[in-house]
Amino acid sequence: MTVAGAGGIPPALELRGITKRFGDLLANDAVDLTVERGEVHALLGENGAGKTTVMRIAYGLTHPDGGEILIDGTARSIRSPRDAIGAGIGMVTQHFSLVQPMSVAENLALGRSRGLRLDLREASRRASRAAERFGIRVDPAARVADLSVGQQQRVEILKALARDCRILILDEPTAVLVPDEVDALFDTLRSLVAEGLAVVFISHKLAEVAAICDRVSVLRRGRMVGTVAGSTDERELARMMVGRSTFGVERPVDAATVSAGAEPVLRIRGLDVRGPQGLPALSDLDLEIAPGEIVGVAGVSGNGQTELVEALSGMRRPARGSISVDGAELAGADPQRMMGARVGRIPEDRHASLIPALSVAYNLVMERLDDFRRGGRIDERAIADNAAQLIERFDIRASANDPVGTLSGGNVQKVLLARVLSRDPRLLVVSQPTRGLDIGATEYVRSQLLARRAAGAAILLISEDLDELLALSDRLVVLYEGRIAGSMSAAEADRERLGMLMAGRGSGKAA
Amino acid sequence: MRRISPWSTPALIGFAILITFAITAGPILLAGASPIEAYYRFVVSPLTSEVSVLEVLVSATPILFTGAAVAIAFRAGYWNIGAEGQLLLGAIAAAGLGTVVGGLPGFVALPIMLAGGALAGAAWAFVPALLRVRFGIDEVVTTLLLNPVALLLVNGLLHGPWRDPISGFPESQRIAASAEFPTLIDRSRLHLGFPIALVVIAIAWYVLARTPAGLRLRAVGLSPGGARFAGVNVSRTLFMAALVSGAIAGLAGVSEVAGIQNRLTGGLSPGYGYTGIVVATLGTLTMPGVLLAALFLGDLTVGASSASRALGIPSQIGAIVQGALLLTTVALLALRRNRASRAADPGAGGSVAGDVATGEAPVAAETSSA
Repeated sequence: MTVAGAGGIPPALELRGITKRFGDLLANDAVDLTVERGEVHALLGENGAGKTTVMRIAYGLTHPDGGEILIDGTARSIRSPRDAIGAGIGMVTQHFSLVQPMSVAENLALGRSRGLRLDLREASRRASRAAERFGIRVDPAARVADLSVGQQQRVEILKALARDCRILILDEPTAVLVPDEVDALFDTLRSLVAEGLAVVFISHKLAEVAAICDRVSVLRRGRMVGTVAGSTDERELARMMVGRSTFGVERPVDAATVSAGAEPVLRIRGLDVRGPQGLPALSDLDLEIAPGEIVGVAGVSGNGQTELVEALSGMRRPARGSISVDGAELAGADPQRMMGARVGRIPEDRHASLIPALSVAYNLVMERLDDFRRGGRIDERAIADNAAQLIERFDIRASANDPVGTLSGGNVQKVLLARVLSRDPRLLVVSQPTRGLDIGATEYVRSQLLARRAAGAAILLISEDLDELLALSDRLVVLYEGRIAGSMSAAEADRERLGMLMAGRGSGKAA
Repeated sequence: MRRISPWSTPALIGFAILITFAITAGPILLAGASPIEAYYRFVVSPLTSEVSVLEVLVSATPILFTGAAVAIAFRAGYWNIGAEGQLLLGAIAAAGLGTVVGGLPGFVALPIMLAGGALAGAAWAFVPALLRVRFGIDEVVTTLLLNPVALLLVNGLLHGPWRDPISGFPESQRIAASAEFPTLIDRSRLHLGFPIALVVIAIAWYVLARTPAGLRLRAVGLSPGGARFAGVNVSRTLFMAALVSGAIAGLAGVSEVAGIQNRLTGGLSPGYGYTGIVVATLGTLTMPGVLLAALFLGDLTVGASSASRALGIPSQIGAIVQGALLLTTVALLALRRNRASRAADPGAGGSVAGDVATGEAPVAAETSSA
């Protein structure tokens, strides 16, 4: 391929045996990576595969538990971004670190000013030089807040270049861009590598990898699966990304509980939802779930899953379209009305869905305080009885008066589960139900979901864990960029096809 | 959250008092007095005679109201810095109504005064509350900026239409006798405002600790997102907390007009609204805490004036002690929060006020098991 320095020149960046553990999670397991001068090197993997972690380590934002980092063949100690910048590494994260009210030139000067004098003219000169050399066009006098996201990203790249960076790391740079801006970014990257820079491109989109990258390294669950040429068959890449084994996963669901011709519980029609920045997050979504059916939503996070859960939870008002539960129209309803329509909600951010400083007992009744009053006051006895009963039934390992914030992740999830299931929901919206839980708690949560399914509830299950989706779902849909990229029954689902759909290769036919 | 706090809140406040005395020993020495003697004068002397004990209660009365007002708002996560202005509006309403209810008996006139003052305080709190829940405009700024406006309104009235026609002083006409709060004990200034403040505190405690509305208010203050998710109407809760807070601050104004001044004056409040923030913070936003903090600050106020007379030190030393106490308490609360969050607790409150507000959680939990 176009790898420049094969003959004798040491690689620009080499990682050896990088290991990082967060609690029980092995985020990076002895990861090796070699990036040469003059190449765009993709780091491909699902969410949680460890891509960002390993690059944060290279940039000094995270400290590894083991392993070493070599720049141009020499081992370097990188303990902070300052060390990384000194070693010629630049990183553009997904969240830009620009001072919004300041001009582009001021932002560039901020990154490198020494001494007392602020030399804005020098910063402007550097900006225009870089603009000429790499074709990065930004007006140095423009206020950052007035720039588009794509232009702001260019300023971030300029900032790195202004510090003489030779190795540029981009963390999912296209996630925030519109297609035209993606093309412009790719042009920039091509001119950077032509100048001999090394670019690390973190992504989970196969099309981008094929379009821009010389080589691809694939991470899966913290381990390096391998490094292959950028021209590698997409199907092969998808397989490397999601794995082909289905070890240990037995589908506990055998008997179909969906009766033919039953009226769907949930019916979503033409749903448009906008994300936090006002960008479209879901476009013209149609989805139905029958009683006794679990529909699994696969997809890399950030493709509209959060907004779908928020719209169904009453936390985000859809821009357009219809959500009906048992025939009642609920688009735009507040959380109170959603609960009234017997929608049970378990979002991915458990702490934000509870009041961590309040006790388990209070949190268990927070959704329906009015059922626990006697006259004008709170019926503390009824609340305590309710808590005792649910703690027993859902095996919550905590006492009723413990603040929820002091509980372990599994027990927090059980509190949320108990609060929701004790109301006997018709529709259950569950996102990442077992993330961060140990095996026992995971089994428990899954068994509870299956019990609800058997009782005739409709369940929307959103998960980044393909094994979980395959084990629990009756039907699978894949969300990609706010649309349903594909839909299949659990029986015909296979990991490779799911991987292709998740990576934006909707045309990938089932093998 | 009990098991993460290294010190209990009362111990922390006691520690803060000790540190404060150590810090303020310097200024007292500079003023040429013995710190030990000065602290004795500040804290103990006022409690040694009946007359001065009653004066302590008189001093505590307005800040009991404003302390409760601020604490309720802060518990909801609504940062009402405008108790001073709301107090002044309550005072204006009381002074105005007090001159027109003369023909009515006291048991009719006094409720009218109280209701009018509460409404006026709530009205002054209304616009910032509306701006906050409708447009997300920071209430810290708007409530604070309305305070000088309220003071200008008072002065405008006193130098204009309400100027005393007889003396020509910038004071309003004396209110009717039936509109004055009766004194509770002969030859003292202790008036009806004090027991009213106690009743307000008791009601506020009951509502916060024992009613669904109070639990919702606390939930909104502790975690607005979680409360909203659980179906609590966060905007309405904030709005109501703001109005109730303004109403209680308004009662402070009624109490000062009807109990002490008997008319509207320019020097009616030496910053009782701001002292309310000190009281609420020292009282860790709980009603029993507000009660103790207001009494303690009342004690210090009476003690400071007697110390300045007896020892010849400036009376401002009292204000210095008060200020130093607030700073040490807030600093210690912040320190405790830092330690707690270093003990890796993802659910820990994100602010000193949040930390203060969780102070009552164990109390509520204890009472609930009773």
